[in-house]
Formats: sequence, C-alpha cells, structure tokens
Amino acid sequence: MPTRDAISDPWGARTPYGQGEQWPARVDASLADGVTAESVDRWVRSASLLHSNGDALDIAVKDGRIAGVRGREDDRVNRGRLDPKDLYAWQANDAADRLTRPLVRDGDRLVESDWDTAMGRIVEHSKELLAQRGPGSIGFYTTGQLFLEEYYTLTAIARGGIGTNHLDGNTRLCTATAAEALKESFGCDGQPGSYTDVDHADVLALYGHNVAETQGVLWQRMLDRAAGADPPAILCVDPRRTPVARAATLHLAPLPGTNLALLNGLLHEILEHDWVDHDYVREHTVGFAELAERVRQYPPERVARICGVPERDLREAAALLGGAERLLSTVLQGFYQSHQASAAAVQVNNVHLVRGMLGRPGAGVLQMNGQPTAQNTRECGANGDLTGFRNWANDAHVRDLARLWNVPEERIPHYGPPTHLMQLLRYAEQGSIRLLWISGTNPAVSLPELSRVREILRQRRLFVVVQDIFRTETAEFADVVLPAATWGEKTGTFTNADRTVHLSERAVDPPGDAVADLGIFLDYARRMDFRDNDGEPFPPWHDAESAYAAWQRASKGRPCDYSALGYDKLRELGGIQWPCDDEHPDGTERLYADGRFFAAPDYCEDYGKDLVTGAPLERSDYAALNPHGKAMIKAAEYLPAHETPDAEFPFFLITGRTLVHFHTRTKTGRTPELRDAEPEVWVEISRADAAAHGITDGTPTVLTSPRGRIRARARVSGIRDGVLFVPFHYGYWDDADGEHDRAANELTITDWDPASKQPLFKTGAAALRPEEGAP
Amino acid sequence: MTLRPVLRQLYRSESSLAAALRTLARRHAAEHEVHHVARDLARWSEEHLAELAATGERRGLRLGEAAPTGPHPLVARDDQLPGDGLLTDLRELHREIAGVSVDWELLAQGAQAARDSELLQFASRCHPRTLRQLRWSNAMLKVLSPQLLTS
Repeated sequence: MPTRDAISDPWGARTPYGQGEQWPARVDASLADGVTAESVDRWVRSASLLHSNGDALDIAVKDGRIAGVRGREDDRVNRGRLDPKDLYAWQANDAADRLTRPLVRDGDRLVESDWDTAMGRIVEHSKELLAQRGPGSIGFYTTGQLFLEEYYTLTAIARGGIGTNHLDGNTRLCTATAAEALKESFGCDGQPGSYTDVDHADVLALYGHNVAETQGVLWQRMLDRAAGADPPAILCVDPRRTPVARAATLHLAPLPGTNLALLNGLLHEILEHDWVDHDYVREHTVGFAELAERVRQYPPERVARICGVPERDLREAAALLGGAERLLSTVLQGFYQSHQASAAAVQVNNVHLVRGMLGRPGAGVLQMNGQPTAQNTRECGANGDLTGFRNWANDAHVRDLARLWNVPEERIPHYGPPTHLMQLLRYAEQGSIRLLWISGTNPAVSLPELSRVREILRQRRLFVVVQDIFRTETAEFADVVLPAATWGEKTGTFTNADRTVHLSERAVDPPGDAVADLGIFLDYARRMDFRDNDGEPFPPWHDAESAYAAWQRASKGRPCDYSALGYDKLRELGGIQWPCDDEHPDGTERLYADGRFFAAPDYCEDYGKDLVTGAPLERSDYAALNPHGKAMIKAAEYLPAHETPDAEFPFFLITGRTLVHFHTRTKTGRTPELRDAEPEVWVEISRADAAAHGITDGTPTVLTSPRGRIRARARVSGIRDGVLFVPFHYGYWDDADGEHDRAANELTITDWDPASKQPLFKTGAAALRPEEGAP
Repeated sequence: MTLRPVLRQLYRSESSLAAALRTLARRHAAEHEVHHVARDLARWSEEHLAELAATGERRGLRLGEAAPTGPHPLVARDDQLPGDGLLTDLRELHREIAGVSVDWELLAQGAQAARDSELLQFASRCHPRTLRQLRWSNAMLKVLSPQLLTS
C-alpha cells in the first residue's frame, strides 16, 4: 500500500519552506499488499522512468519480483517524494500480456518465434537493402524511454555501422523544441537552470507547462515554496485552467498559435520600461538591437488583439517579469507543440538574457523535457544531432567522431542535418526508406494524422521492426516484433530535465525471452558484422558498463561531459548534474554562471536556423554574427497559424497529457489504480461553448477535423472559449470495437515547426457535436 | 521618374514569385513542410506587392497593370530530376527568388543614385525577406536532394 492515496491526493502534504532554504525531505513509498519494508529482500537503486523529472527511488524486490518503490530521501531531485505514476506504475512490469517471445509475420498474422529466426529476418533484409539500395534505405525511430547506453549504441550502429542519416527519437514530439531553443540562444543544447532555482526564485513563470500533471514532484517543490515564507509570484501561460493556473498569481490564456506574439508583447513592455540589464546584454550577448526593433511592432494593444488576452493582464505580466530579482522560467508542450514553437521558446530565453537572469540561484531557464530519458536521446545523437552535441555541419567535429569510433569519416553522413522523424516518415511513404526499426515508441497512436501513419506502416514494401515490451498498436503493423526488457530488468543511466544523471540497476530478471534493448542492438551489430578501420567488431563494447565507459570518452571535452561520472560515483552519491569532469568532480549545478557559453564557432553544436523558415545558417553567417561565442538574442515575427477555426470547424483543438497517464498508456493503462482513475478519453469544453452546443458534463460527443473523427464524453471545464482539449494517451489496444474513433491524433494536422521539426499537436481546427441519440 | 522601369520589373517578378510559391504549396501538399512554409513565404511576397502598389500609386504608377502575362511560373523546363517534380520545382523557385532579389538590389542601387531615400528604405526593409526566401529554397534543395537523388 502506498504512503498516501495518490489518486485523490496526487501531491501529498505540504512541507513549507522559505526562500533560500533547503527543500525538506518527505519519503513516499508504495509496497505490494502483504509486503512490508522489513520483509523486502533487497532495495535496488533507480529513478522514475515515467516522466522527465528523474525522481530517485529504490525498487523493492521480494521473491525475485518487483514489490514496490520508495523515494530516495538523499536525492537532490525529489528529496524522497514520488508522484502518482511513480507510486503505482511499477506494477505494469508484471502485466500478464508482456511480450516474452519474438514474433514474426506469417501472412496477416504475427506468430511466436525465436531470436535466431527473428534477427535472421532483420539481418537478411538489412543486408539486401544495403546491397541494392544503400544505407539511405534504412531508418531508425527510437524513443525517450531507453537508457543512455542504448541510445549511444544505436547511434553508433546507425551512423557509424550502417552509415544512414535516418535516425530520430520520439523526443521529436516532446523535446525537440527545447533543444532547438537552447541551440539558437546559447549555441548548444544543455539545460541552463537547476531544480534548486525553485528554492530561490521570487517569480516563477510557467509557459505552456502544466507541471502539476507532467512533473508532479517538481510541482510539489513549487507548492511548498508557495506555502512557506516569502512565496514566489507565479505567472501561468496556458489556455486551460490547469492546477498551475489555479495556483497562479496571474494566469494568461492566449489563443492557440499566438505564443510568439504574446512573448513579443511581453518583451516590448520589458524594453519599453527599460527593465534591462544593459551591462549583461553588452558583455554577454549579441542581437539586442534586432530584438528592440522587432518588438517595437508588438505594443500591448496589438498583442491583446492577436492573443485574445486583456491588455491589462499583459502589462501586469510584463511587470512581474520586469520586477523579478530572481526569475525562474519553465517551458513545455504548450509552447513546443504549438505554432512557431522554437521562435516562442527562444523569446523566453531572451527575457532572461535581457534581464541578466541566468546562472545564479533562482535566476534560470528550464526548457523542459517530456520523457524520462529524452535528454540522453539528444546527448547521444539519436535525435537529430551528432554524438556529444557535436555539430554535423562542422567537419572537424565529424572527423573527431570518426576518430573516436575508428570508422571512415565518409561513413558518417553529414551532407545535411540528420533526418527528422516527420521527414523519415515521408521517405517511407515515398518508398525510399524500406526498413523502419521502431524501438520503444508507438507511432500508431502518438503521431499526428493517424490514418496517414497507418497507411505508411501498412505498406507491403516497408519492412517494419518493432521492439517493445507490449504488443502495441504499432506492433500490429510489424514484420518482426522483438520483446524488450525494461526499467528494473536492466542496468543503465539516464538524465532528467535538469541534467541530473541517475543509475538504474537491474532488480529482477526480464520475463520469458525478453532482452534489454542494449543486448538487442549489440546482437544486431554482431550479426551484421560491422567492423571498424582495424577490422575489429563495431561497436566494440559488450554490456552496459562498457557502453557507458565508451560514452564517457565520447562526451569528454564536450558540454555534456560525463568523463568523471562513473557508475561507482553514481552508486555512491546518487543523482549528479553534468558536466562532471576533472574540474567539476561533483557535477555542475548551473550552466553559464560566468556568462560564458558553449557558443564559439568552432565549439558550438549548431550554427542556428532562421526561426521562421527553418533554413539552417552557414558557418560563415554564424561566425560573422557571433565571433566571440556570446549568447544570441534572436527575434522573430509572428505569423498566423496554418490552420485556424472556420465555419465548418469552429474550434481550436489542442491535445495534451493528464496526471495519471504516460504516453500511450502502455504501462499506466496496465496499472489498476491509474487505469481506473482515467479509464476513457474525454474532451474539455468551456461553459459557454458547452451551453451553446447543448452539452453538459458527461454528454457523449463526436469530434471531427479535416483528418478524422473520434467520440469522447464532454467535460465542462475552465478552458478558454473556442478551444477544445483532448488527452492524447488513448489508443486501441484496450478498446475492443475495432473502430478508429478514440485516439486524439485521428484529428491532428501534419504540420511541424520549421526550426525544431516538432509536430504541432496544439494548433489545429475541429468541430464538435453531441452524439446522435445522446440525452 | 527614372526608377519606374525597375519598379515595374520588381512588381512583375514579385507577382510571379508569389504565384510560384502558391503553386509549389498546392502541387506538393504531401510535402508538408514545403507546403506550409511556402504559403507563409507567399504571404511575404504578397505583402511586398501591396506595398509596391501603394508606393507606385504615390508616384503615379499603376503597377497592377504590370502583372505577369507570360508563362505560368514553375512550368518545368527540365523534369529529368527524381522526386515527383519536387526538386525541379524547388530549383525553378530558387531561380525565381534570385531574380526578385536582384530586382530589389537594382531598386536599392537606383534609389541611392537618385537620392530617393523613401525607395531606399523600402528596399532595405523588404530585401532581407527575399534573401530569407532564397536561403529557404536553397536549404530545402540541400536537405531533400541526397535522398531523392540516390533512391
């Protein structure tokens, strides 16, 4: 039993604390019925794999099975606390329908098989494609839920073994804009701030970040500050009246697709009132003049009109930001999955740059992640960049990577940016990608415009490999299904949204013949017989610890330096923030504390893009703009969204997350408490819109868009008028009727931010009506 | 006014570019980034046209009459490239944009020589957007061509 009923009490009791004090500990735990802390056989070190917060915990093992979890009191991230998903979802490891044997296609069926047969088919197909069509015919689509060692191995195989440019993660859906915004402003990925900034801030600004539901323990930290002495003011930007909005000092609810206009308006006021740290701007940044010229076009009257936000609230919000002495801003999907995502997220960085609010306690930016290991997808190079935040457009970086791997430089594709997911899908649609290997993600539910996604995956000419722990909706399209081990069944590291690295150790055996993702990738490499320049097997490592050691060498000297952060230190000390090298053996709490950035032309990860068109800049442009590697203030003009409501589809539709579920519910839907807390999809509608359509709480409705149609019960809520919200978690594996009428992504548009390539799940149009025959 | 010919030329080439961007977006609706960004970029050209027309009117020049009557833009002259016409169209678009860029350059140069500060400011304001369009078409060619040319 858990220490609290986390369904009715998701955030637990307050432990108030004042500005600058240490967050008090509170240990949360949950054990299987009949198991007590004393009767547990072993406690095994780990952290949560159900969101990006990185809550440190120990796994309880009883009789060879996982029997619960307990928060780690000594860890910097959670100080013992756990959120509802942490407390319950460990039970999903033991779900009766785990994949335990490889499956192979036999006509229109998937049949149980063995590893030799399954891997044999993949290898045969790979070799044939390599011989006939070349490395560009093979693509990999991975996740934000494997471990660092696994991403690094997959990256080495794809880029250094096969030599394909087509490798991306589903982190494209959750965190690509965070990375892009950081690269645009600071020349390199890497979270500037730290969770401890919550302890010091006097203003918290949350942009499209419903932290109460996405990172419940970080929200507890904020609630505890709010309940203590000198509470921070909270600014919430969200079209929904979320728990954050309800607790906020000020809530702005802009129309979907107008975030950039809103931020330009806030910056207009900040500059107009000269709430600017001119010394900081002069010494540490370039581009201020361009910003000043751009935001002059966004006076509050105009912005109020574009965003549908009262002018008074805009001025008040700007005054909050302008008056802050220690400002912490956080950004998530409300910005990342919306129109002009990168441009809007960059303006949040700009607020900090013009105000000189970076690198000291309480003054920081958290461009958040969605998934637990998204940070590692990015660091390892499985998400559209090269390993260790190397720059694909910098030949010296490519040479360095080739030397590290001991493979020919020309084998690592670098004639263009690594292919992003949506382009990869297009190549599959056109038939130039013929093998798509999907690991740990469920595109048949999580990608936009699902009817199109199904058409692509269904093609006979496309050989689909699915590597997962459950038989997902995507697995039904597979030619081969590989059963993977998961959290608690394998050892590896992962890094949360504030650069805290945790080691997660194997506690129990995987079920049946399931194998850790690392083992699967290495098995493939051996069977493909990839070799390095000396004829030795590539990659040369053979298990998690040797893969990690190789990664430590790959990261050495790069911004995400793990070179002094071995397994032994992680076992001894728990969560540690990178960079952790000989100069910073205890890790680094805040980046850019000295106003120095990873932005020098020879060192930076990216030369940047046009924020509106997405066109990459060349090295010469970058070096001319920023020869000394300062932070870059980049301005952008607002453009109207590509799809807006009209007579036929009169609502904006936004999709999103809910507290008790994660992604496509593969684990949370198999956890009784979480499943039963939110068993069915719903649609949120405002009071006024509900009344106008004859809808009350619980009315069955039909939602349509130019792409499709779903059915959902109405929830009348505090969402702004003209906007509908549907959670994206619900697919079809536990929906028996065979109709495609449940997943939010039946409705969503295929469109993405041109700079970050992140799909837009929060800027499309839809219609809604009560279902016929409904009361 | 000596700069009339270049204004007329610019109006013609910018009209043609706006139409080319709209055509590209329509023709390649399944290339979603091309489709959406081309429409955003067409809007820039259309704003330029409106401003050009207003500028012309103040100078007694009815530019609307200079709209292109020639062949439809993006009529493929050389459709040997793979990719369902996408590379061919992007290549042609790139040339269209380059033409418009040259015309803005000519206007700016003429305006300087004629000490026409209004036209010079106008060109300095609009030309950067044309250069961003040009960078975009070049980038799309660069990013998409490796796969399309080798598959």
